[in-house]
Amino acid sequence: MTTIRAARRAATRRSAAAPAGRERHVVAYLFLIALVFYFLIPVWWLIVASTKDAHGLFAGSGGALWFDKNFNLIDNVRELFTYNHGEYLRWFGNSVLYALTGGIGATLISVFAGYGFAKYRFVGRNLLFAMLLGSIMVPLTALVIPTFVMMSHLRMTDTIWAVILPSLLSPFGVYLMKVYAAVAVPDELLDAARVDGASEARVFFQVALPLLRPAIVTVLLLSIVGTWNNYFLPLAMLSSSKLYPLTVGIGLWEQLASSNNGGGQSLWNLIIVGSLVSIVPLVIAFLTLQRHWQSGLTIGSLK
Amino acid sequence: MSVIVTAPPGQAEVVEAPVRRRRRARERHQLAGWLFVSPFVVVFAAFLLAPLGYALYLSLYTKGLATGTTFAGFKNYTRAFSDPSFRKGVWFVVRFSLVLIPVQMAVSLGAALALDSLVNRFAKMSRLVIFLPYAIPAVIGALMWGFLYSPTFGPLKQLLSVFNTQAPFLLSQGNVFYGLMNIVTWQWAGYYMIILYAALKGIDPSLYEAARIDGANSWQIAVRIKIPMIASAFVLILVFALIGTLQFFTEPQILGPIANGTITPDFTPNIYAYNLAFSYAQFNYASAISFSLGIVIFIAVYVFLFATRKRGSLFT
Repeated sequence: MTTIRAARRAATRRSAAAPAGRERHVVAYLFLIALVFYFLIPVWWLIVASTKDAHGLFAGSGGALWFDKNFNLIDNVRELFTYNHGEYLRWFGNSVLYALTGGIGATLISVFAGYGFAKYRFVGRNLLFAMLLGSIMVPLTALVIPTFVMMSHLRMTDTIWAVILPSLLSPFGVYLMKVYAAVAVPDELLDAARVDGASEARVFFQVALPLLRPAIVTVLLLSIVGTWNNYFLPLAMLSSSKLYPLTVGIGLWEQLASSNNGGGQSLWNLIIVGSLVSIVPLVIAFLTLQRHWQSGLTIGSLK
Repeated sequence: MSVIVTAPPGQAEVVEAPVRRRRRARERHQLAGWLFVSPFVVVFAAFLLAPLGYALYLSLYTKGLATGTTFAGFKNYTRAFSDPSFRKGVWFVVRFSLVLIPVQMAVSLGAALALDSLVNRFAKMSRLVIFLPYAIPAVIGALMWGFLYSPTFGPLKQLLSVFNTQAPFLLSQGNVFYGLMNIVTWQWAGYYMIILYAALKGIDPSLYEAARIDGANSWQIAVRIKIPMIASAFVLILVFALIGTLQFFTEPQILGPIANGTITPDFTPNIYAYNLAFSYAQFNYASAISFSLGIVIFIAVYVFLFATRKRGSLFT
């Protein structure tokens, strides 16, 4: 098997060695190298800038894209975690809480609903699904202000629920799960389990769920990223800074820094090192789970 | 991923089963189906239908200090659509979408095609790097570029001082459009690239071999086979880009404090609605703005889907 494949690959390589093919590869390489530089520069800048002190940041010896002679990363991190009674760590914990509860909740709801839409024909199914498709086109930020007014009547603004509950809404996740379940879970398998006397719940948990795993990882990752990166919703909902997630917290520091420089202390260093620390968890999650989400993302283009 | 052809519904049912048992099974089926979708229905009703309905309700009333809450009919809407701030904001995001989206699509399509044509470690690494910004919050992305744009301590200064020219401020009145365009492209092109790349990987390679035998070169294969074959994935990301761009909020909101006044409180419709609600407590009018923006976006996307005639194949 492998030898056949190797032979075939060698054959295609031979045919690709024609001048036109090689030229195209050169173009592809040059284009990708340019893109890699472009996409890495801000991240590289963030890493370099995190190691600088306040002077180095604005007037350092190495310029914007190289290290200063003072390596200040450890001090910056220490200051980040202790500044203002360690509010950064609190924000970090809030982000983890919102992203995990919102992300896991949205995923569970999507799995149940996607499977229900794909495998059951019930009264109202078509209407409900048409509404779901329409809602994918509704800009979710347009709902933030009315949701805020609604929740303030229920005295739920400025609580964790004001951020978590609206994050459970994920029409696109349901759509992805439905498309995936329709193809990946064969009806015959479900019927066979039913004939053997399994209840609908058991059919779902023991037969369907294992088959849905790639889509579950993808939807989970997408909804965790969505909640972790969300800014508008928590910005509108929360007024006490101890409930802020990282995005709103760093935004607050930025406002303080640009208006009065944080009362004599340069907040810019904290903002930069705080930004770096805040992107680490998701970058690690994407790198370690890349096999799962890369296969799962084909779902959207199955059709 | 294996694609399994399923039997059409109904055919799989046991035909000889007694009528009564079948009816009971069907009832069980009904109930189970509803139970599976019910959590979604609850969330959908509470956080989509209710806010939408409530926004509509709020937008039909006005709240005055002396008069209290009074029914206003469509007055808030006529006010919104004749409000220069709202119109300016809508015009900005429409213009922004028209310039940004083609650029974004070109970058992500080009990257996906280039990655598809190379199979090695460099391609794998580049794919991850291009996708990386998706994992970075828009708040952080905007902050990083804000620093890089600085004419006094950004890298442009060093670069241009070699040529004895002064660095431009990319958030100035004339440049802010392009400054923001660059940030959004950087933030989202990788995500779109991954979707297109996944679609390209789903094409049967024997098509390329057949085309090559017919004498097609790589360029022709890309234009005649690859791009048409991923059309539905392309429409999907165009819809995402359109929805995302028209509700533009985070990046200008974050860059506002460091942009020296070029990003006004009515820069985009969403920023305007936010400021109306939270700086001026005009929740009724802000709801009307939100609702109007929602309608504008919904219509724009619907018209787009209609124009590309992909409605049937994309969302069924």
